[in-house]
Amino acid sequence: MMNRVDHAEASSKFIEAKDHADFHDKRLWDLRRKRDSESEALPEWETLRALASQIKEHTLTHLGDYLEEFERNATANGMVVHWARDAAEHNEIVHRILEAHGATILVKSKSMLTDECEMRPFLENRGVEIVETDLGERIQQLDDEPPSHIVVPAVHKLRGDVAEVFGRTLGTDPDNSDVPYLAESQRRHTRPTYLRAHAAMTGANFAIAETGTFVVCTNEGNADLGANLPPLHIASIGIEKLLPRIEHLGVFVRMLSRSALGSPITQITSHFRAPRPGTEMHVVLVDNGRSERLGMEDFWYSLKCIRCGACMNTCPVYRRSGGLSYGATYSGPIGVIIDPTFNLRKYSALPFASTLNGSCTSVCPVKIDIHEQIYKWREVIAQRHQLPMVKKEAMRVAGKVLASPKLYRAAVEAAAAGLEHLPRFLVYNPFNAWGRQREVPAAPAQTFRQWYVANRGGER
Amino acid sequence: MKVALFIPCYVDAFFPEVGIATLHLLERLGCEVDYPLDQTCCGQPMANSGCHDDARGAEALFAQNFAGYDRIVTPSGSCTHHVRDRMTSIEQTPEVQAVRRNVRELVEFLHDDLGVLHYPWASFPHKVGLHIGCSTLRALREAKASEIREPAFNKPARLLSAVKGLELVQPERPDECCGFGGTFSVFEEPVSAKMGRDKVEDHHRAGAQYIVSTDMSCVMHQQGCARRAGLPLRFLHIAQVLNGVSA
Amino acid sequence: MTSRELILARVRRNQPAWRDLPTIPSFERSLADPWAAFGSALARMGGSVAVPPDGTALDAFVRFLHAGAKVICSAVPEVVGTRRIADVRHPAELDDVDVGVVRGAFGVAETGSVWLSEREFGVNALGFLAQHLVVLLDPRSIVADLHAAYRDPRFREARYAVLMTGPSATADIEGVLIRGAQGIRSFTVVPAAPA
Repeated sequence: MMNRVDHAEASSKFIEAKDHADFHDKRLWDLRRKRDSESEALPEWETLRALASQIKEHTLTHLGDYLEEFERNATANGMVVHWARDAAEHNEIVHRILEAHGATILVKSKSMLTDECEMRPFLENRGVEIVETDLGERIQQLDDEPPSHIVVPAVHKLRGDVAEVFGRTLGTDPDNSDVPYLAESQRRHTRPTYLRAHAAMTGANFAIAETGTFVVCTNEGNADLGANLPPLHIASIGIEKLLPRIEHLGVFVRMLSRSALGSPITQITSHFRAPRPGTEMHVVLVDNGRSERLGMEDFWYSLKCIRCGACMNTCPVYRRSGGLSYGATYSGPIGVIIDPTFNLRKYSALPFASTLNGSCTSVCPVKIDIHEQIYKWREVIAQRHQLPMVKKEAMRVAGKVLASPKLYRAAVEAAAAGLEHLPRFLVYNPFNAWGRQREVPAAPAQTFRQWYVANRGGER
Repeated sequence: MKVALFIPCYVDAFFPEVGIATLHLLERLGCEVDYPLDQTCCGQPMANSGCHDDARGAEALFAQNFAGYDRIVTPSGSCTHHVRDRMTSIEQTPEVQAVRRNVRELVEFLHDDLGVLHYPWASFPHKVGLHIGCSTLRALREAKASEIREPAFNKPARLLSAVKGLELVQPERPDECCGFGGTFSVFEEPVSAKMGRDKVEDHHRAGAQYIVSTDMSCVMHQQGCARRAGLPLRFLHIAQVLNGVSA
Repeated sequence: MTSRELILARVRRNQPAWRDLPTIPSFERSLADPWAAFGSALARMGGSVAVPPDGTALDAFVRFLHAGAKVICSAVPEVVGTRRIADVRHPAELDDVDVGVVRGAFGVAETGSVWLSEREFGVNALGFLAQHLVVLLDPRSIVADLHAAYRDPRFREARYAVLMTGPSATADIEGVLIRGAQGIRSFTVVPAAPA
């Protein structure tokens, strides 16, 4: 789809649903505050951030070697390692593995990478029944809607919405929105699927080169129920997930859940090094634009991302517009800086869905300079002629006026001479947008410059 | 020390009293202040929209107007941040680099350069919500941001603590962005207005009678939101309070 | 060119200039009472510690903790239960287990986590299909933090190693915390030196 995503339009609708919007904002702000409590409790917090950032930067600048080391060790451990250059190849590889095993029932835990690759429709069209096992992902799957947040996928829904979805699809009581009832319903409904599944898929939070281990961090138990029941486990892993050594997990596991949810660790942190005897374990290492992004001088730091979601939780724009208004697998601040690499035109408005306030950069556990990259993407978008004509024109005119003392004075003094609108050069369609929900500033009798000239002299 | 005053366009047009207070305050503290008459803008609006070619003229004019001064002081954190960290569309001659090094936001200048912590002429017996603009906070590091784990510090608050009778109140989200963000306020108006409304309501609930800020761009937006919401909040720049405004 | 060759070539062509690997400093901390610290961290994550009264056999204690349990599957010699893990041929057989009993290899004071692997589980699925888990743990096995935990050589030997920290949980619906999501509903650590 080539149409530009209109974040402002989508966010307008999001805000109108007041109860939903208020909950969304408060819930994610609460996660941000919980993160703060955790960081306050660790005197070494900023040291850990610096270490995490440096470890990732080192790894990415040596990525070829670490990928080969991981493959060597994982293979020696009995895993089968595949390489997928893009989303299409990823899907084909997964399908081939499933087909070779006659696997038509797949349980899968949360993996943004599989969403990025649009794997589910690909497999479903080829006769594979896929059950999302993460509760948030399952809600979204049943509602035929993408996840809105990478850690809490259904955060934009209220319990009544979940009751309606489950009532429609699982046969629960649509009028019973008691949360324990709904969670228990999903537990009971999904459990038999683990037992009859032919295969399980997971993502991976980290992949350790030194030992050929991959790590999956969850709270619900769904990933491990999947991984430890059927005889086939497939893990989709983005090539940027590599870490050099086991000891580095000390830093990253300490940072991940604290940043994401404000808890010291996820309830279950699993380390897969080799398949259970008699079973198969496959790893699909996926590029899909990552190697290209590695070569972008201004943007390769985005590959440090450990998918914690802290940037989303702190972003005042994300909290008030919801992940779905970004129209992409990755939303919020991290989405804004990586989505343009997938489709510059489609996502050209996203870097402007930001006030450049910098809070995201401050919470990022791996010190990605997110808001600086947002700023740089704006330049790329302007240079590649992807700015809306309205804005492009406004900036051209503004640039001309502000480069000339005479033109500037004429514009400002006209505005200050009693006109109830902003100087024309500031916005193209000033009154309608500014004045919709705000009063316009009153224009004073004199500008500062007029006062200065009148009182201190110096007119030329 | 040769000091020049830079007055951003929106202060020039809409809040000249802030420029006047800034000038008076600097002079009261013994500075001789020039106001280059041909100044316009630092280039931020165009640069922040990615239009660096369109920013070039304003940036060149800024560098030209403010060359040769020891300090360029401005009552705007976002403009200071732009000049110091992002004014790169023009050739980086030694003069340009000097201008970029010498720019100061007003509080930085008072707190760090002049080291003035006492404002005996100032009295403001009211409840105040302090609003530090995001550039001023996170880029200029005028206070500890709530996200970062480090010892607490707050330069604007420290200066305000010298003002007789002034009581700072604490909103629930002390440093969440207010939603101005330059052209964001127009092109992402729904979220911007919601953020502004939330910000002023937070200050109001905390008991603020006044919002005092380092950034009039934020004030312009918050004031607009507060007035539309019918909230009895009044807005001042920190220069006005330190200069002894009564209300 | 295979995808492997293509990806590696692209990566190597695009790798930015080398950055050094930092040394992780030693965050040595000496805890006055590692067991107590472990217990509070675990409680915060929804788990609990249960101390058997003097003279109580562990087998009886487990039955006491889970009085209504019909199927108790044990992977430890100290507890007989109703089913021994060694008798389980296929993981799906564990579907009806009310209580699983395992021994943790060590604990982590920082987080309240317990280290378990295929050796401790016998059958990995025991840690997830059982409704409840009782974990025997030697109080002397507590390490201070995750840095110490990751230095343990068993991470290099185990096929499957888990740091379990309390019961399964979710807050995916309106942020309401549910303990006992899809995995175990309760996680009880019982201090017990190895037999």
